[in-house]
Amino acid sequence: MTIIPKDEFNTQGRNGITRRRVLVGTGALIVSFAIAPHVSAQPQPAPPAAAPEPPQLPGSLNDARRLDSWIRIDAEGEITVFTGKVELGQGIKTALRQVAAEELEVEPGEINLVTADTGRTPDEGFTAGSQSMQNSGTAIRNAAAQVREILITEAARRWNVPRETLRAEAKSIVAQDGRTIGYGELVTDQLLAVEAQPESLLKSPDKLRVMGQSLPRVDIPGKVTGGVAYVQDLRLEGMLHARVVRPPSPSAQLQEVDTAAVEQMPGVVSVIRDGSFLAVVAEGEFQAISAMRALQQAARWTEQPVLPDQNNLQAFLEATKGDIGTVAEEGSPEVTGKIFEATFRRPYQIHGSIGPSCAVAHMDNGQLTVWSHTQGVYPDQEAIAEMLGMDIAQVRVIHMEGSGCYGHNGADDAAADAALIASAVPGRPIRVQWMREDEHAWEPFGPAMLTKIRAGVGDDGRITGWNYELWSNLHSSRPGGAGNLLAARHRAQAFAVPAPRFNISQSGNGDRNANPLYVFPNRRVLWHYVPETPLRVSALRALGAYANVFSIESTMDELALLAGTDPVEFRLRHLEDPRARAVVERAAEEFGWSSGAPKGDRGRGFAFARYKNHAAYLAVALELELERETGRTRVSRAVAAIDSGEAVNPDGIRNQTQGGIIQATSWTLFEQVTFDNTRVTSTDWSSYPILRFPSAPDSVEVHVIDSPGQPFLGTGEAAQGPTPAAIGNAFRQLTGVRLYDLPFTRERVKQAIGV
Amino acid sequence: MAISLNVNGETHEIDVDPATPLLYVLRNDLELNAAKFGCGLGQCGACTVVVDGEAVLSCVTPVSLMEGREITTVEGLGTIEEPGPLQAAFMEMQAAQCGYCIPGMMMSAHVLLRKNAEPSDREIRDALMTNLCRCGTHMRILAAIRRAGELMQQASAPTERRAG
Repeated sequence: MTIIPKDEFNTQGRNGITRRRVLVGTGALIVSFAIAPHVSAQPQPAPPAAAPEPPQLPGSLNDARRLDSWIRIDAEGEITVFTGKVELGQGIKTALRQVAAEELEVEPGEINLVTADTGRTPDEGFTAGSQSMQNSGTAIRNAAAQVREILITEAARRWNVPRETLRAEAKSIVAQDGRTIGYGELVTDQLLAVEAQPESLLKSPDKLRVMGQSLPRVDIPGKVTGGVAYVQDLRLEGMLHARVVRPPSPSAQLQEVDTAAVEQMPGVVSVIRDGSFLAVVAEGEFQAISAMRALQQAARWTEQPVLPDQNNLQAFLEATKGDIGTVAEEGSPEVTGKIFEATFRRPYQIHGSIGPSCAVAHMDNGQLTVWSHTQGVYPDQEAIAEMLGMDIAQVRVIHMEGSGCYGHNGADDAAADAALIASAVPGRPIRVQWMREDEHAWEPFGPAMLTKIRAGVGDDGRITGWNYELWSNLHSSRPGGAGNLLAARHRAQAFAVPAPRFNISQSGNGDRNANPLYVFPNRRVLWHYVPETPLRVSALRALGAYANVFSIESTMDELALLAGTDPVEFRLRHLEDPRARAVVERAAEEFGWSSGAPKGDRGRGFAFARYKNHAAYLAVALELELERETGRTRVSRAVAAIDSGEAVNPDGIRNQTQGGIIQATSWTLFEQVTFDNTRVTSTDWSSYPILRFPSAPDSVEVHVIDSPGQPFLGTGEAAQGPTPAAIGNAFRQLTGVRLYDLPFTRERVKQAIGV
Repeated sequence: MAISLNVNGETHEIDVDPATPLLYVLRNDLELNAAKFGCGLGQCGACTVVVDGEAVLSCVTPVSLMEGREITTVEGLGTIEEPGPLQAAFMEMQAAQCGYCIPGMMMSAHVLLRKNAEPSDREIRDALMTNLCRCGTHMRILAAIRRAGELMQQASAPTERRAG
């Protein structure tokens, strides 16, 4: 059975957006928007000294504290749930409906869900860090449980019966004598316009009907039948098409451009030049592209050779003058016993969404509306308002899905492009889509990293000490701040790039997962902060965890060899957390680890991490095949076990984890940004190849370990760190050679094995 | 220039610059959403449609070459209410994450399955060589195409009751 909630039907019409009818009618509760004051990464003014500390509320309820910020029920009993999080292809629209439906005792298809929109939903910052279920899922689950109990209390008051005799069922409260009263009848006046409580009466794990079920994703039917599914599909009345002529290199300044000929091209409405920001608006999309190509020819730029040597990024990183942060320190930094020492390197890598970034903006009588696949509608609203010198209240940012999102890509920049162009060409909606080369060269990259390890193992087969240093930029340059938007940077009145603030946080950044979860007495973990950003960098799925877990888990295998111990056994020896042990044991068992290494040109490798050291646990075992003559490698089989807390949609967890394993495999075997001393040279899929079907595995198995009653831990990024390490370990097991440089290109493989 | 286009069994008269790639005509003039812009270079397959039974990259194919050809897009395979076998299989196998590449995958698969309803794993992978997926949905896409082949065979089996 496929459950398709009503609002999905409404947005899947082929010829544009149908306004969702919910909240338009005469809903009893639609009195005001209970949106909390803007809470983002920016510091907030301190509350008056006399104000008592408000109680901590679960998840994002703590920021948007009223129940009707999250859940509204109209007089007909229509239920609408609001989330500040967005669909990125991870299935959050489905899982959040399950959570709400569970506690409200309705079917998921009866929940209308509104995702991030500065005009309608709570501010939940960014949809990032695998935190949608922890933040929004937790808030919605608690809000739904509290709404249910309020409805029961209200029915008890009206009927004058003890509330214990009543139950919620199918959008009604039911009495023992069979009387029922609908949710819509109960919700009058300001019943839900109340602050949430710290404690909720959540359903116990054995009573769950909807959570824990692999319900089909609500968005897939539209996506496979040609429905309007993405901002790329948005067609508004009178819409014009725009393209931006991006500079040829990060340092380039527009010197001169003769626009006269381009302005005469068919369909061209306007050429916009503002400093080094150059764009063209046309009636038709291909007309805009043709005009953009002509403008590219006409533009003269000055460029500087400011990029580091791609073949020696280590020298660039080590030359940093940045601060050194202590990520972890315990016992003595001395390392004794048999010692493993190594240096690992990771290149710049791209998000590389298949659909380039896109946005639509409409300036209508001084009010700007932007449709964007941004991860954070509120921070984007603020940054765009700053860029245009507008009041925040005049800017509305509405999320619409884009192509897959794996972190801070070009979405915010495309939104800024559309907004800036719309402000220059008011009155008609402006659609901007980036070209492939814009996306490859201008999206913020995952930063290059360098790590150095010195660790030892004693005669007792246990780790004696661990000395680890990493060199990395901050992996975050998101807006807040207009200066983080390309368009604002390129304007004549340029906004300066905000200086990132280096700090060591619990969730980690470049140092994410730099401190191993393993138990041993002595450790020191240092982050050499690299403030210089000749190439623009920001958050790519898992941030530093990709390189750090690669380094740590490669080291664990080397230490296991020094200890003469099986690598799985060696990990278990140093793991105390029972949930960590459980995923390691489960992955090993399902893989058949005890039956020994495969024969022929196949190796096997294992790796484990708990994402951020406080989120999902994941272990993966895999087989790698090697074609010695060509250096071609392929992951043929992967088996993972994941514990992401209470599982709301197990198939959603499997789907994301399979995707994480395959994407990280692609990063590891194929991917690096290339550049000369001035320009990025990897500007398409042939100069930046990624995994194609012939290199896909034969099978990727994911075993979900459910933890009923435990907090949601998130899923999306858990596989990114362990996967490269398991591949490297398999290569080591097969060939006896350790690979230290990502990616494991054919050339590097051939060099390593002496072909 | 006026061009007559046959798309999903319907004929459309379009007035367009003949150099315009087919993709923009499908998306903007005919308001068909399925074929996607991915690279504009013929490297990623997101724009794949079927022309006279063969997979064609619509982002690099001028519309002027399409006169008199039969063009099929994902919209021609079925509807959300009555999905065709490929669409039903992708739904059944939950073979999407962001889903942006999926229509192109389906069109490449459509061409393959029309010629061979029981392709080998190798044949499916080769047929999808041009199509990139960034979310890592590969295993489910392969499974969905195998499943679509089964559904197509069931539908064409002589004992099967035909929809009236």
